[in-house]
This record gives sequence, C-alpha cells and structure tokens, in this order.
Amino acid sequence: MPENALLRMQADLKRALGKPVAERHWGMVIDLKKCVGCNSCTVACKVENNTPPGVTYHVVLEEEIGRYPNVTRRFLPRPCLQCEHPPCTRVCPVNATYRRADGIVVIDYDVCIGCRYCLAACPYGARSFDFGEFYTAEQTPHLAEYDLNPNFEYGREWRRHPANRNASPIGNARKCTFCLHRLEKGMLPACITTCIGGARFFGDLNDADSLVAQQAASPRVMRLKEELGTEPSVSYLL
Amino acid sequence: MTKRILIILVLGLIAVGVGLVGMADRLVAGLLHVGYGAPVPWALWVVFYIYFIGLSAGAFLISSLIYVFGFQRFEAAGRLAVFTALVSLIAALIFIAVDLGRMERAFLPFLRPNFTSPLAWIIWLYTAYFILLLAESWFLMRRDFARGKQAGGLKGTLYRILALGTKEDSDVARARDLKVVRVLGAIGVPLAIAFHGGTGAVFAVTVARAYWYSGLFPIMFLVSALASGGALLTALVAFALRNGYARHRDLVIGLGQLLALLIFVDALMEIAEVLVSLYGTAPAHFIPIQEQLFGPNWYIFWFLGVGCALGLPLLILVTVGRKSGLWTGLAALVSAIGFVGIRWNIVLPGFAVEELPGIGRSFLEPHWAYGLYVPSPMEWAVSLFAIGLALIIFALGYTVLPLEKREA
Repeated sequence: MPENALLRMQADLKRALGKPVAERHWGMVIDLKKCVGCNSCTVACKVENNTPPGVTYHVVLEEEIGRYPNVTRRFLPRPCLQCEHPPCTRVCPVNATYRRADGIVVIDYDVCIGCRYCLAACPYGARSFDFGEFYTAEQTPHLAEYDLNPNFEYGREWRRHPANRNASPIGNARKCTFCLHRLEKGMLPACITTCIGGARFFGDLNDADSLVAQQAASPRVMRLKEELGTEPSVSYLL
Repeated sequence: MTKRILIILVLGLIAVGVGLVGMADRLVAGLLHVGYGAPVPWALWVVFYIYFIGLSAGAFLISSLIYVFGFQRFEAAGRLAVFTALVSLIAALIFIAVDLGRMERAFLPFLRPNFTSPLAWIIWLYTAYFILLLAESWFLMRRDFARGKQAGGLKGTLYRILALGTKEDSDVARARDLKVVRVLGAIGVPLAIAFHGGTGAVFAVTVARAYWYSGLFPIMFLVSALASGGALLTALVAFALRNGYARHRDLVIGLGQLLALLIFVDALMEIAEVLVSLYGTAPAHFIPIQEQLFGPNWYIFWFLGVGCALGLPLLILVTVGRKSGLWTGLAALVSAIGFVGIRWNIVLPGFAVEELPGIGRSFLEPHWAYGLYVPSPMEWAVSLFAIGLALIIFALGYTVLPLEKREA
C-alpha cells in the first residue's frame, strides 16, 4: 500500500526537530497539477491563526487562460515564501523582523513599530498589517466569539480587543509563520494537513531523506520571481 | 503681529480645531479608520511627510547658499530660510509619527537600529539635522536675544531665556557667530543631501516596486526638495515679510529666477521618467505612469503637478516674473502648493501594480483591497491638524523671533 504522505511528513518533521535549529531549513513544495483552487488552505490558515479582517497570510491566485473553447483555470497558493535573502528584513529599521536560523522569517510583536516598510518591500505581497479590525461590526454591542479568541503565534497567547487598540499585534506587521507554533509541537502547518488534493509538501529541505527535499528536486520545479534573487523556501511544481 | 501673520495664525488655529476630531480618533482607535490597507501601506500621511521634509531640505540648502557659499543677494532671507526649514521638519516628523502603527515605540530606532535599512539611517540623520538647525538658528539670533532681553514683558523674558547667557552684542561678535554658522551650514549641506537623498533611497532600494527601483529616485527627491523648498521660501519672503515683494524686490526676483531653474530641472526629470516608462511593454513600468496620467486621479498629475507645480510657475517666472516681485511671489506660492501633487505621484503609483498577477482578486477584506485608494476623512482631519500646528508655530515664531535681518 502506498505510504500516506502526511504520515511520512510527520515522521520527517519529528526527525528534523531532533536536529539543532540552525541545521534545519523549513521549506515547502506545492504541486500545481494537484491544486484545484478550493482555498481550504486559505481558510485553514485563517482559522489556525485567527487572523482578523485585513490580515491574510495565505491566498490562492487564480488565473484564467486561453480562449473559448480552449479555456482553463490555474491556481497558485501563496503563503509567505520565507526567502533566504528576504527584502523585508533588510529594511526593518528596528530589526523587529528577521530570519531565524531554521529559515522562517518572523516578526517580534514586542518590537515592531508599525512603519510598514516591510509591506512595501515584499515582492510577493505576502505581508499584512493589523489595523485593529474585528469581524463584528463596530456598532454591535457584543463581539462574536471568534473575534475574541486568542491566537498562538510564536508560542504565545495573543488576545485582541477593541477597547485595547494599543496592544500588539494591533499596529504591527503580520505574516505567515509556517505555523511555527505547531511545528514546535510536532504538527505540520495547517495548510499542509488541510489540502484535499495532497498538493502540498513540507519539511526540512536540508534532510535529503525528507519528502519535501525529494519533491524540490523535481525537473518540474519553479520559484516565483527568481530574477530578484530572494531565494524563496517555497517552490512550485508546474 | 502683522495682519498677514495673524491670518496665518488664525488659519492654523482653525485647521487644528477641525483636525482635533481626527487626532482624537487616531489616538483612541489607532489606524482603524484610515482609507489605506496592506496593498497600499503608505498613503496620504507619507505623502505629506515627504512633502514637508523636502520643503525643509530645500529651504535649508538655499540658506546654505547664503551662509556657506556667500550669495549676498539672498542674505535678507537667511534666517527665515533656516526657520522655515525647522518648522517644515517638525511638520514632517508629526506626519511620520501619526503614521506609525505603534507611535509609542518611535524611539526604538535609536535603541536598536538596523543600519541595512535606509529608514534607520534617515531617522538618525534627521535627528542630527534637527540639532544642527537649532544650533544654527541660535547662532544666527543670539546677539538679538542678548540685545533684546532688557526689554520688558513676555518678549524680554523669552529673549533672556533664549540668549542662554549671551551678554555681548557687537559687530565683531556677530561676525564671529557668522563664522560658526558657516561651519554649521557646511556640515549641514552634506547632511541635508544625505537625509533627503536617503529618503529617496527608502523608496529606491525596494526591488519589489519597479516604479521606485531606480538610482534616479534619490536624485529626483533632491531636485524636488530644492524646487519645492525654494518655492515656499520665495513665497514667504514675498508675502510673509513686511512689504516683502516690494521692499525685497531684488531678493524675491533673484529667488524666483533660481526657482525657475530648479523647476526646469525637475520638469526634465519628470519628462524623462514618463516618456521612458511609457515606451516599453513592461506593465510594472508603464502601468504606474499610465495610472498617473490617465487614471481616476489624472488631475493630480496634470493640474497639481504639471500645471501648478511646474508649468504655470515656470511660464510666469521667465516672463513677467523677471521684473515683478509680486508675480514671482504668486508663481512661487502656486508652485509650493502644487508640489503636494508631485509628492503624491511619488508614493501612490508605487502600489499601482499587483505584486503577483491575480492577487487583487484572490481575497477581499477591509484594509486588504487592491484598487483605488481614497484618503478617509480621518486622514484628512489628522493632516489638517498637523499642518495647522505648523502654521501656528510659524506664525508665533515669526512674531517673536528676530527673523528679519537687523537693519544697519
């Protein structure tokens, strides 16, 4: 019986967590032949990170090509590409955003001054800013549960409330973290486990035995805006 | 207080009054009610910030023509130029402060700077420049403070404080002070070029935005700064100083001719940018230009930019302006206001192109919508507040400080 890819990736993850942090390089491969554009990954990310309106870490780009009757649609899921040479971290005036040794580009909500230079600098539009929005309309007396639930990014509990707009992460830049808080518990990112098409792969690119490293070596592989030299950790199979 | 300065003061007070509502919202609700979002992260306040910082750099660099390079013809405008630079800087800093998501952390770039970031460099450079402007202003005026502190009332008390212990006022002492001013001005020239070229570099180094990603950007910033700062200074000399355009006719016309040259160079750069970008097929290059010229905000480019900032003033300055202080002053005033349009078209077209094709259709949420940006009422109100504050500071400073050169 063919092996279950998710179980394999979970084993890969466990092995990688046994290595020193600096020896891991978290990466992702997305097989565009298998992506059907359902956006489950987009929704899973929203739910996992409880992101408010205006903060969207993951999107699926949709393109219609050809001319009737020869038309088709293709889909490109886009998380943060966790570049090896991130244009965003270079321009942060206070080093609030930086690349970890394991490749994930993070934001320190205790330091970010909210200048949004990193948003302007990202070539992939992958960064968001928390404007303090809530799903429940401003005039409604009681907020919905999902507005008040905490999120657990970076392994800490973050709560948002309209009465307290001076508390991070409101006023900070925000982005996909490759579900770092899940990784540290041995769980794969939400977008990986949710994918109904089995189109997404995740793991330690430095581990030659990992599924993601093997997928990344495919001749079908491509990366977005290669000409900019950002060296994304997310690659796509065309 | 002259009638003209009183008008400036009253306008400032009205603007602050109206803007107070917006400012209150800014402090309570943060950035919730702004009209921009993640796809357009920099908007009206950043436009005003680069506008005012350009005015500051331009006014200062023109003052350096007097105090460093010895252009005697402009000398009567010297202190006004330095003071204008100071007030413009304060306005710029207010705008950038309100734009921060976490205003209370504005001091962090001093404690933990990242010097690969142009934004960190310019914050440090602005601070140095601020201190330099204060020092230069003081050395220019301290003999007048020493002289005037004997006078009674509020002004006398203020002058005694501002004199900081200066006792002597003589031609020799003033000449000595001017030597210090010369040194400060000389340090200030590369400093102003560095911070304002650096402001251009903030935009220019972003590979993500083809519209900005060019070595030309820092140069354009400097040219625009000189032109807009020169325009403001000329207008202030003509209309804020007592009988400005009549009493200082030669000075105003001289500044006007300098302004004409600066506008001409700025116009050349604009023409080069527009024609070259429109030529090819690369959307990342021609869409921002196309949007400026023919998009929904076309009037900002044609009316404010080409018309008010560049074309009309240049026309006036090279014809009737050559003999008339009044016409020169009017042309300069129109130009100074029109440059807001030029600065708008530096920032906003950078966000006219989707980073990735289809990203605008991939999601739709408040503060996450690609498309036309319209500043919200709160943004306008806060802008009025900041501009009003600058007008008030200018009017009060002009009344109290000895900005006009002491008549021999």
